[in-house]
Amino acid sequence: MAGRLSTIGVRITHAIPVILGVVVVSFLLTRALPGDPAVYFAGAAADEESIAEIRTALGLDKPLYEQFIIYAGDVATGDLGNSLSTGQPVLEDLANRLPASLELTLTALLLSCSIAIPLGVLAATRPGSAVDHLCRVLVTAGVSLPTFFTGVVLIYVFYYLLGIAPSPLGRLDFIYIEPDHVTGFYLIDAAIAGDWETWLGALKQLVLPAATLALFTLAPLARMTRAAMLSALSSDYIRTARAAGLTEDKVLFTYAFRNALLPVITTLGMVFSFTLGANVLVEKVFAWPGIGSYAVEALVVSDYAAVQGFVLAMALLFVALNLVIDLTYTLIDPRIGFETK
Amino acid sequence: MSLLSIQGLKVAFQTRRGSVDAVRGVSLEIDKGEILGIVGESGSGKSVTSYALMRLLDRNGSITGGALSYGGIDLNSVRESTMRDLRGREISMIFQNPRAALNPIRKVGHQIEDVLRRHSRATRSNAKAEAIKALEAVKIRDAEARYNAYPFELSGGMCQRVVIALALACDPKLLIADEPTTGLDITTQKAVMDLIAELIAERSMSAMVITHDLGLAAQYCDRIVVMKDGEVVEEGSAERLFTAPQHAYTRKLVDATPRAGAGIRALLPAEQRTPEPVLPVSDTPLLEVRDLVKTYQGKSGPVHAVKGISFSVMKGQSVGLVGESGCGKSTTSSILVRLADPTSGEILFDGEDLANTPAKNFARDPRRAKIQMVFQDATDSFNPRHTARHSIEEPLARLGGLSRRERKERVGELADLVGLPRTLLDRFPHQLSGGQKARVGIARAIALEPEFLILDEPTAALDVSIQAIVLNLLVDLRAKLGISYLFVSHDLHVVRLLCDYVIVMRDGEIVEEGPAAKVMQTPSHAYTQELLAAAPVPPALQEPASSAAE
Amino acid sequence: MSDLASAPGTTKGTDSTFAHIVYVLRSNPVTLLAFAMFAVLLLTGILGPALVPYDPLQSNAARALQPPSFDHWFGTDNLGRDVLSRVVVATRLDLAISVAAVALSFVIGSVLGSIAGYWGGWLDAVLNRLFDTIMAFPLFVLAMGIVAALGNTVENIVYATAVINIPFYARLVRAEVNIRRDAGFAQAAKLAGNSDIQVLALHIFPNALPPMMVQVSLNLGWAILNAAGLSFIGLGVRPPTAEWGIMVAEGANFIVSGEWWLAIFPGLALMFAVFTFNLLGDGLRDIVDPRQRS
Repeated sequence: MAGRLSTIGVRITHAIPVILGVVVVSFLLTRALPGDPAVYFAGAAADEESIAEIRTALGLDKPLYEQFIIYAGDVATGDLGNSLSTGQPVLEDLANRLPASLELTLTALLLSCSIAIPLGVLAATRPGSAVDHLCRVLVTAGVSLPTFFTGVVLIYVFYYLLGIAPSPLGRLDFIYIEPDHVTGFYLIDAAIAGDWETWLGALKQLVLPAATLALFTLAPLARMTRAAMLSALSSDYIRTARAAGLTEDKVLFTYAFRNALLPVITTLGMVFSFTLGANVLVEKVFAWPGIGSYAVEALVVSDYAAVQGFVLAMALLFVALNLVIDLTYTLIDPRIGFETK
Repeated sequence: MSLLSIQGLKVAFQTRRGSVDAVRGVSLEIDKGEILGIVGESGSGKSVTSYALMRLLDRNGSITGGALSYGGIDLNSVRESTMRDLRGREISMIFQNPRAALNPIRKVGHQIEDVLRRHSRATRSNAKAEAIKALEAVKIRDAEARYNAYPFELSGGMCQRVVIALALACDPKLLIADEPTTGLDITTQKAVMDLIAELIAERSMSAMVITHDLGLAAQYCDRIVVMKDGEVVEEGSAERLFTAPQHAYTRKLVDATPRAGAGIRALLPAEQRTPEPVLPVSDTPLLEVRDLVKTYQGKSGPVHAVKGISFSVMKGQSVGLVGESGCGKSTTSSILVRLADPTSGEILFDGEDLANTPAKNFARDPRRAKIQMVFQDATDSFNPRHTARHSIEEPLARLGGLSRRERKERVGELADLVGLPRTLLDRFPHQLSGGQKARVGIARAIALEPEFLILDEPTAALDVSIQAIVLNLLVDLRAKLGISYLFVSHDLHVVRLLCDYVIVMRDGEIVEEGPAAKVMQTPSHAYTQELLAAAPVPPALQEPASSAAE
Repeated sequence: MSDLASAPGTTKGTDSTFAHIVYVLRSNPVTLLAFAMFAVLLLTGILGPALVPYDPLQSNAARALQPPSFDHWFGTDNLGRDVLSRVVVATRLDLAISVAAVALSFVIGSVLGSIAGYWGGWLDAVLNRLFDTIMAFPLFVLAMGIVAALGNTVENIVYATAVINIPFYARLVRAEVNIRRDAGFAQAAKLAGNSDIQVLALHIFPNALPPMMVQVSLNLGWAILNAAGLSFIGLGVRPPTAEWGIMVAEGANFIVSGEWWLAIFPGLALMFAVFTFNLLGDGLRDIVDPRQRS
């Protein structure tokens, strides 16, 4: 067990250079702005004087490495600059909007995992059956779906044609009052407050965007689960387990599924990456007030501090998610401690 | 009444190219307390027979005919749930490649517990104690600690012991062992087989041992069934099969099995035995290895793969380098063929040190053409995108300095020389059989007329009858071309057939060397003796007088 | 002997590549369909602008927002432009972006991955860190950041898409090269007098091609989605240029009022393209894989 703990420690320290790399890249992105970054950061209405002021404020007159140290220091203290459009510190804006994005993303992931993994397992255990064919069709069609297009189609069908979905504008219809802020997740906050009407209203708003995102991630997950399960089922140790007379449940779950889970967990990392990216598009389609639509709005008005802050925040979020995935993997696979040098 | 009876078993597999009959009417019986050996080359249907009997065939395979009866139970018609009760409790199975046969992410103790609990041999409270007992029964030392081990933490031999413990945990009456020692070192192989034999005798069980090795079957089995192309061709006691084989195929198999007292030509069917060529060995050394050392950086400190070995190969001589996996023989051969650099030491070739040219520049060295190698795994040693012709032609194109036309001519000659029909030259590796690939590999290696050829277990992956042909081809080539060989192998009996001189290695050191006959007959080092003792000894075969002379 | 007993007449020379392609296409109807769909895309991309009935940029306020009809098969948009013409003309731009991006990342990724996989060492470690850093970003978000920083142009979309794809190729090639670095055939090639570069370029790398082809086709689809997504949020391609992502974005504003044809047709075109590329993968692999020859 001590070995396992030290492995976990090693995993966590592995994240440090990655975080450093992320900060470097985001610094380079800030400095790679065409022309004079000060002009961009100062905004369209700035005059010579304020540009010069901003140049000094940003430290753009200093050598690059010094600029980086200042930037890294700012990032470490949470200073991502001020947003032009809202006038607020970018960090504050992002913190306010993050729960909306997280609620959407996590709901979508939960939804897609709870469909894709059982579907993949079923397809693998019954090759050539109807479930298998369904799985294959879903997988091939699913990866071809542009998220923003799926969203538009769902809105047309469920809002315009059938009229069963609420208008695709934000997290809550204006007739409801926002629940008291506890976690920032409306579903949880409304439940805490016991306001089930608002809870239902929030759920209604959430269904379409979450389904859009889930459809997008369903395909890679189901494909990987099916493949991993098929490869686990055809391995020698399954034959041994069957030859020893173990029950089919034991063979499928304790032996095959737990082994198949390993590549699926690895895929989850990629799926997170897709989801966080697709999140931006879905938020735009559904006018979802998360950090994605914040970034899109900022892009339109060339609010670069906000955009770069968003990119950095997403990267750090993703690094954290990957760390969780790594740790989960370490807990399941006893071999991992020996592979890390 | 016999414990197990198989009558007219037929098994077919559905493939994309239609139905393939893997087993075509096999009948056999196993009595209580009897060990039956099933011997055959790859594709003979021997493993499929056992899977059919366990009803563990792949999804595309099915029993298309015959009766399977175990202790009066019709295995072919009982329900799957009954079958599951029988598996592990009445009939158990162990497999080749033991490491893969265990769940990689589950403690071995828990895997044994799963079986014990499944067949109600243990309860939650005493499962651990019972599992440890099962581990102790297969003579695993410190069983309590091993209980918590994962398969990747155990050696191959140890994994096979765990698999045996798992199979025997519920005291089954019949054990099926499918190539239980393939891939294990020869001394481990003996230990595992001895253990199986002992446990079976102790518990008065019956067993079915499936193997490609007639010698191994002869040593451990009461009775042997020989299979070919999904049919039983002959059956009888080991003694009888070796002394008076009735079927031509058995005869061929018996002949091809290397054994004490038989020369290399004796491996071939009687009508193909030509006189063994005379092979003159010069006193001038071609290759002299002096204090060769190879140390590389492993994950946990330096690994001393080769610890200062010295030996010579004379012009025209064939030297055998023998040892088990990890003894340093492969490292030595890849240094000699200049694919790797030694840490220190000299490799004098015709008096000049090869180590002066680093391995990465050796492709441009004028001596490159003179030192070549035949690889162990014929499949792996060919670029899958190149035809046989392309593979043989490549050294000629890079180093031969021949025109395109001359090369084509030369490739044809080489094919004739190694007995490969020219029509096969335009095939890709995956379209060739194992024996054909071995021939292509040899043709490629001798294309540049090397003076020194390293043979790295060239027959390890081949069936014995093909091995016999390839070994004889190598002897003929040596006589025709006067090449010196360094034959690297784990099998002393094969080495003896091909080599004048034998070097035995262990842990990076030479433990014994000398003329082949001397090392084989009067081994001086304990390890050589162990190696010789570990090799299965088939009953001596009555050789026709003509080929017994050596 | 049995190892020599063989059926004659199954030999095939290296010059039979064409016959092999025909064989692959005939043996798998899905592959045939994929190639047919790809041909449709390619022809539309090449000939599209010459075939369309209307000028894709010509607005006509009198005919704004008309549903599909005989005159306008896909209807007209809010400025009265013909949706069919715009969808067809956009093919060339979308294909060009994705092919250029994938070609860039294929070449750069292959070179970097081959070097890292064959020689290893510090270069491998440095590249590994670099790719870790790129992969540490949600990729679409990184592409957003790059286009935002470099400037809002089509070329920058290509570069951004290439950058986020490079790690996939490099990692894949690295792994494929690495497992073959000490393969028997690589060693045999050295014994035949090949230098390291020759072994890598002539023997090892070609064998990494089959899995790469699957990656290429998936990436083509993915690159189109990426480019369309970027223009959907207003990056890269700008109106009034006809591009599928922008057209869906513009059409999305009208979907709530029921003018579905504005967004649906370009969206379907996008799906068709991505679907084609995804189907293409296995077929491409079969074509470059000699083991499929029989």
